[in-house]
Amino acid sequence: MKKIGVFLCHCGINISATVDIEKAMEALKDYPGVAHIEDYKYMCSDPGQQLIKKKIKDLGLDGVVVCACSPTLHENTFRLTVKAAGMNEYKMEMANIREQCSWVHKDKTVATEKAIKIIKSVIEKARLDEALDPIEVDITRKAMVIGAGVAGIQTALNIANSGYEVILVEREPSIGGKMAQLSETFPTLDCSQCILTPKMVEVSNHPKIKLMTYSEVVDVSGFVGNFKVKVKRKATGLDWDVCNGCGLCTEKCPKKLPSEFDQGLGERKAIYRPFPQAVPNRVVIDFENCTYMQSGKCGICQKVCPVKAIDFDKEDKFVEEEVGAIICATGFETYSVKDIPEFGGGKLPDVVDGLTFERILSASGPTGGEVRRPSDGKVPKDIVFLECVCSRDPEHYLPYCSKVCCMYTVKHAMLYKHRVHDGQPYVFYMDMRTGGKGYEEFYQRAAEEDKVVFIRGKVSKLYQDDDKIVVCGVDTLSNETIEIRADMVVLATAIVPSKGIRELTKLLKIQIDQHGFLSEAHPKLRPVESLTAGVYLAGCAQSPRDIPDTVSQASGAASMVCTLFANEKLKHEPIIVGVNEDICSGCGICTVVCPYDARKTNLEKKLVEVNEVLCEGCGACAAACPSGAAQQNNYTDNQINAMIKAILGKGG
Amino acid sequence: MEISYYPGCTLKTKAINFETSALALLEKLDVKAIELKDWNCCGVMFSQSQDNLMKQLAPIRTLIRAKESGRDRLLTLCSMCYNTLKRSALFIQENEDKRDKINDFMDLEETEYFGNEIEVVNILTLLDEIDKDKLKASIVKDAKDLKVATYYGCLLTRPKEVAIDNVEDPQIMENLLEAAGCKPVYFPFKTECCASFQVVSRKDIARERTRKIVDSARKNGAEMILLACPLCEYNLDKLQKELHEEDSTFETLPVLYVTQLLAILAGVDPEINDYSKHYIDPRPVLERKGLL
Ligand SMILES: Cc1cc2nc3c(=O)[nH]c(=O)nc-3n(C[C@H](O)[C@H](O)[C@H](O)COP(=O)(O)OP(=O)(O)OC[C@H]3O[C@@H](n4cnc5c(N)ncnc54)[C@H](O)[C@@H]3O)c2cc1C
Ligand code: SF4
Repeated sequence: MKKIGVFLCHCGINISATVDIEKAMEALKDYPGVAHIEDYKYMCSDPGQQLIKKKIKDLGLDGVVVCACSPTLHENTFRLTVKAAGMNEYKMEMANIREQCSWVHKDKTVATEKAIKIIKSVIEKARLDEALDPIEVDITRKAMVIGAGVAGIQTALNIANSGYEVILVEREPSIGGKMAQLSETFPTLDCSQCILTPKMVEVSNHPKIKLMTYSEVVDVSGFVGNFKVKVKRKATGLDWDVCNGCGLCTEKCPKKLPSEFDQGLGERKAIYRPFPQAVPNRVVIDFENCTYMQSGKCGICQKVCPVKAIDFDKEDKFVEEEVGAIICATGFETYSVKDIPEFGGGKLPDVVDGLTFERILSASGPTGGEVRRPSDGKVPKDIVFLECVCSRDPEHYLPYCSKVCCMYTVKHAMLYKHRVHDGQPYVFYMDMRTGGKGYEEFYQRAAEEDKVVFIRGKVSKLYQDDDKIVVCGVDTLSNETIEIRADMVVLATAIVPSKGIRELTKLLKIQIDQHGFLSEAHPKLRPVESLTAGVYLAGCAQSPRDIPDTVSQASGAASMVCTLFANEKLKHEPIIVGVNEDICSGCGICTVVCPYDARKTNLEKKLVEVNEVLCEGCGACAAACPSGAAQQNNYTDNQINAMIKAILGKGG
Repeated sequence: MEISYYPGCTLKTKAINFETSALALLEKLDVKAIELKDWNCCGVMFSQSQDNLMKQLAPIRTLIRAKESGRDRLLTLCSMCYNTLKRSALFIQENEDKRDKINDFMDLEETEYFGNEIEVVNILTLLDEIDKDKLKASIVKDAKDLKVATYYGCLLTRPKEVAIDNVEDPQIMENLLEAAGCKPVYFPFKTECCASFQVVSRKDIARERTRKIVDSARKNGAEMILLACPLCEYNLDKLQKELHEEDSTFETLPVLYVTQLLAILAGVDPEINDYSKHYIDPRPVLERKGLL
């Protein structure tokens, strides 16, 4: 019989407060196969790991069961531990008595009994574990970054500067994301364009970066180190290789439309460049609004183009790329004012969102940086800023804090005051959240030097009365209701994930949380990785954050990619499902259920063959196989049956 | 179509105009509202404000009557009855133990009520369900773009669980009136509270509310206020009169139940409305539009 060592962790008091460790040890010490049993306060710490190593060596253990947290957290830790002691790492098993036991129970007796059952079942599994060797795979040392906001740009530059190739995919015609729309940035008030555009230029000139703007990922297959990605390059109506970005067409095009970049305040043409500093410096035709595309008349752009780039070609093109790692940096959007009926539902022109106000403040914006309100171009003298609009409101909107709006609202009020000296800014807030270097000081400056009036309380409604917006709110410090007749109101609407995130994450096989933000592999220890190997996260796509945090995280994601690429070969989990050729009849049922295309029927041999690298060990085929030929390594039917018996009390 | 109908106390007395006009309008639209037998007071809002099961008895008893009628929907006109009945139904649907307690207590009732048997329907919801083309076809009088302010008050949209439409910006009345040839005006005070029963103890509050609500409607060009709640009607109508008597510069606006106007537009004899029940006489406006 195998000699199994059982090691129980207290996890501080995380486990031991609910599971009676002593009692569990007593109940397990004579369980068949248990050669040694021991507990320790923090098994994952160095002394804990040393203890396991020592016992493996001293007692010649050939199986280890660590009874602690979820394998998601520390399986790798303990695999490395046993490996260092010379044991095959796949003979280490974790019994999860924390997430699946102590954390979810209150009654100590019940929890202890359950912990004993869990451990017994895992001992049964360990008794039948085989030594396995990781499968070695080649790596394609090229990364794809999806989304070219400041997060994507930073990630791409860092990876490229480490010497690896990067493909940067952006669905808009230009890179830059939301940061390109901002005026000045807190807390230093440096101009957003001035710090971003040099990076954009660096991207476009970088020999290792291939830029694909106006493009979207439509299919992803493969696995870490070896992804195949299909990218749709949306038709632009012209040949970008020929176009030199002179912009004559955009001047001559007669069709005017509201500019998305200017949040609808300024104009663009039907053939357009989103903003003058766009990268790449290229134009696209908005087919839906182009007169020529709609009626066959016009074609002025084609006539004036000096290099004859315009062909009105509407055909999207598709390209396939092979990459070793993917970074999802698709950023955010803001909650639409149209969906907030109590604040006018988008029907009051002088009630705008934060991004629109950024454009109004921006020197390159529709008002040239003068604060003028949309309805009549007047300079607003009383202006009200509302924070937490749709954030922190679990009953009606979203429960989470959007994190950046306290700070950008302070910035807005301050910048307003710098431009309109005789104006009065008011800010309604719930709490001021100014955590960050220099942030609290920035807020104090707004209150003290710029005389911004901060009112703690919420606003219930906004309405138009003559040319004023009436703000009905409450001051929760003095308990008084307040009405302000304002000239303009700016809403700090919640940060939400960008559109299409659900579809994209399905392609990437990564998870999102209930609000659509990307889920990280571990909230503290693996914040830039997804749970799918080889797919990383950066920026606001993961959760709301400001530029400093975005850039740090982007650099973190890039360094993870570089770490991956520094491996000579990749190791693929050997917990896969093979084929027992003696039993397999070649019926092919498993090939149909396999979600990874890892199984193919060889008609000649009347057998199913497995691509071990593609197999993710999900076990779907093992469940479907009618003959038992498909057995998952270290999760064989025998093992599972033994585990079930142990849990039901019939084991041993 | 047939539907059970629960009038409630006010509809037989002060708000008789609401009932007669609504029933006449529904008849024009081929809806037969059949009054429940042996109904009692809905229990009014008080039943919702205290955690006392006793106060749930009146509304639940009404729901039992509705269940016994054999029809699964129950029409209410008064928004307060609507709110009370709907919330009580929800309450016992969601609280099994309390439901059992109530049923045990009412053991003389032959029918038990579980919570989801009856759908309580407000008149506005019912009208909204009727095909707009059918509604348009039934309109025989030209409203000549009569400018109306649609007033919902609180009870039709609060709490959220029983709201008949978007809580902050309901549109049901606007859609109905537009289909009937009226012009709803921008009216930011449409879900503002009229002060409700405060009119009894703190009339000053109720007056202030009335002043604000009416001012806003008039400022935005409304020629009359339309609503669907007897208490709102009483407050807005009566208090306007008082405000005007005190201060003759305060301009009044007539207040009508939305069904009063729709019935006239659908060709019901305008005299079905007892105009003596109004504190601000709506006839001059109706006359001006040629609707009398
Ligand atoms: C009003 C306002 C003011 C702000 N002011 C400041 C400030 O002063 N200081 C500060 O530090 N922070 C500020 N912020 C926060 C700052 O904007 C963000 O931290 C930053 O823009 C996040 O960058 P990102 O790259 O993660 O996202 P984004 O800027 O949103 O970039 C994401 C990019 O991905 C693209 N994309 C999305 N989906 C896809 C897809 N499926 N395929 C391909 N491409 C896709 C988008 O088109 C976009 O270009 C402000 C935010 C707001 C709303
Ligand atoms: S950052 Fe400030 S304004 Fe934004 S949701 Fe959080 S608390 Fe509210």
